[in-house]
Amino acid sequence: MTGTGVETRQPASVRRRPIGSLYAGNARAVMYRGWRATKSTNWLVVVSGVFEPVFYLLSLGIGLGSFVGTVTAGDGRDISYAAFIAPALLATAAMNGAVYDSTWNVFFKIRFARLYEGMLATSLGPLDVAVGEISLALLRGGAYAVAFLIVMQAVGLNLSWWALLALPAVLLVALAFASFGMGITSYMKSFQQMDIINFIMLPMFLLSATFYPLSVYPPGVQVVIQALPLWQSVELVRSLTTGAVTVGILWHVLYLAVMATLGMILTTRRLRRLFLD
Amino acid sequence: MSSPVIVASDLVKQYDEVTAVGGISFEVAPGESFGLLGPNGAGKSTTMRMIGAVSTRTSGRLEILGLDPDAYGPEIRSQLGVVPQSDNLDEELRVRENLIVYGRYFGLPAAHVRSKADDLLAFAQLEDKAKAKVTDLSGGMKRRLTIARGLMNDPRILLLDEPTTGLDPQARHILWDRLFRLKEEGTTLVLTSHYMDEAEQLCDRLVVVDKGVIMAEGTPASLIREYSTREVLELRFGADHNASMAERLKNVGDRVEALPDRVLIYTADGEAELAALTDADIRPLTSLVRRSSLEDVFLRLTGRSLIE
Ligand SMILES: Nc1ncnc2c1ncn2[C@@H]1O[C@H](COP(=O)(O)OP(=O)(O)OP(=O)(O)O)[C@@H](O)[C@H]1O
Ligand SMILES: [Mg+2]
Repeated sequence: MTGTGVETRQPASVRRRPIGSLYAGNARAVMYRGWRATKSTNWLVVVSGVFEPVFYLLSLGIGLGSFVGTVTAGDGRDISYAAFIAPALLATAAMNGAVYDSTWNVFFKIRFARLYEGMLATSLGPLDVAVGEISLALLRGGAYAVAFLIVMQAVGLNLSWWALLALPAVLLVALAFASFGMGITSYMKSFQQMDIINFIMLPMFLLSATFYPLSVYPPGVQVVIQALPLWQSVELVRSLTTGAVTVGILWHVLYLAVMATLGMILTTRRLRRLFLD
Repeated sequence: MSSPVIVASDLVKQYDEVTAVGGISFEVAPGESFGLLGPNGAGKSTTMRMIGAVSTRTSGRLEILGLDPDAYGPEIRSQLGVVPQSDNLDEELRVRENLIVYGRYFGLPAAHVRSKADDLLAFAQLEDKAKAKVTDLSGGMKRRLTIARGLMNDPRILLLDEPTTGLDPQARHILWDRLFRLKEEGTTLVLTSHYMDEAEQLCDRLVVVDKGVIMAEGTPASLIREYSTREVLELRFGADHNASMAERLKNVGDRVEALPDRVLIYTADGEAELAALTDADIRPLTSLVRRSSLEDVFLRLTGRSLIE
């Protein structure tokens, strides 16, 4: 019943916003925009993100796994090589989905499309934009992860009921990477700098105890690997899908939560600096 | 008179060593159409961005609709319509979607936003382009879409930064017509321009800005009255002779201005002055008598022409 004639609607101007000039409580409008824009996205790239980890699982888990045999899990049990790498691939899928949306897509929007400039000329605040965009990236990372989790279930690689908790865990992983990725991206000025992200992601994927246990590294190197966010993610997810759960996994949760928060703060500050100076 | 919707006093914007806006003061009354006129780099866009609550002032006082933009950015922006100097339409969305999504940024309900979008497509004469890609629109159409977008939230103030720069004369006239309607409906317009005719058409009152400071303020007519004569006689003697002829003619009329391509003689009666010159056997290659415009005001105030 919205007439287009006389409007007496009072814009929400009298009410003070929760975080003042940063947040209008309308991140869903940013998500709505992202959803409407998906029509023009490259679906091949999106869909390939679903299959990539499945191919890794088939070739390495099943293929290479037949040579490797079993691996010792965190709690001393022997598990199949496929069951060992599957959670790592799951965490990586969540990371990749989140990072793709929150880095390259965001970089383009900041530097070329001036999308955020338009958004921030409305009543949206930088935190709305950050939360909206990060949630979208999270959805994408989450979607990849759910698809892969289903595949894992189908081939019997979820070894415990704890695996149910792997779903919120990978969402946290996606959130942490989306949030941090967007924060970092907002500082990037050129394509060359953006390539640094790729330069970091691949080695991190290969080294984060993805395909072999941390114990193969000398102690000094182990510390470095343990500091990597993907290692934290892989360990968290692996504990859950293999059922080797200890209280210690809460450290991983904390690590990822801090990373998500830092990324959010970084992004908000930076958007404000870039578009509301 | 009701209280002003914009109050700026001693407004300053400093970028490192560049002073983009160097202490300007003005007020805009509700329903008024107010112009900022000035050459490239005068500080027009910077001023507009501060009014639009997307740029923080370095010093001075600024109140938009009675609120300080430093503290009430989102509240102020919710009541503004913004047409930036260069279009920043969402190229991943279609024409109508651009309006709908933009309306949602203001937190307006979906049904309202849809009907508003259709009204504004009609207003902007873009109904048959509703499903078109933004990248397929002409410059004039994009501009109209940007204006329509700026109206999605029924703004109390519409900020237009060079609304017609880069458009052909026909597209400009269509746009002026739309802006005229808004003005008649009581929307407060603040616009920048470096086109004199545009300012004369659209502005009730304007300030002439140069290098971040206000050189003069008034209605177009009063500025012309104050800083220029009724008519101008334009004489061309050829590029090599303009300067020397200007020197010879320096006591003719009220004032003489030498430009590289012509000599301007400011006078109440251009025809009479031209006749006198002809009697004195001074024969320019071409001559033209016209009414004074804001261009002349600007030239008088700064010694430079507005569009180089
Ligand atoms: N973000 C910025 N950082 C540094 N300097 C800036 C910035 N924005 C504007 N300036 C400088 O401030 C001055 C005024 O710029 P502004 O864009 O306000 O001019 P303008 O009157 O809009 O000019 P134009 O007619 O070309 O659009 C210029 O010298 C410009 O270089
Ligand atoms: Mg400008």
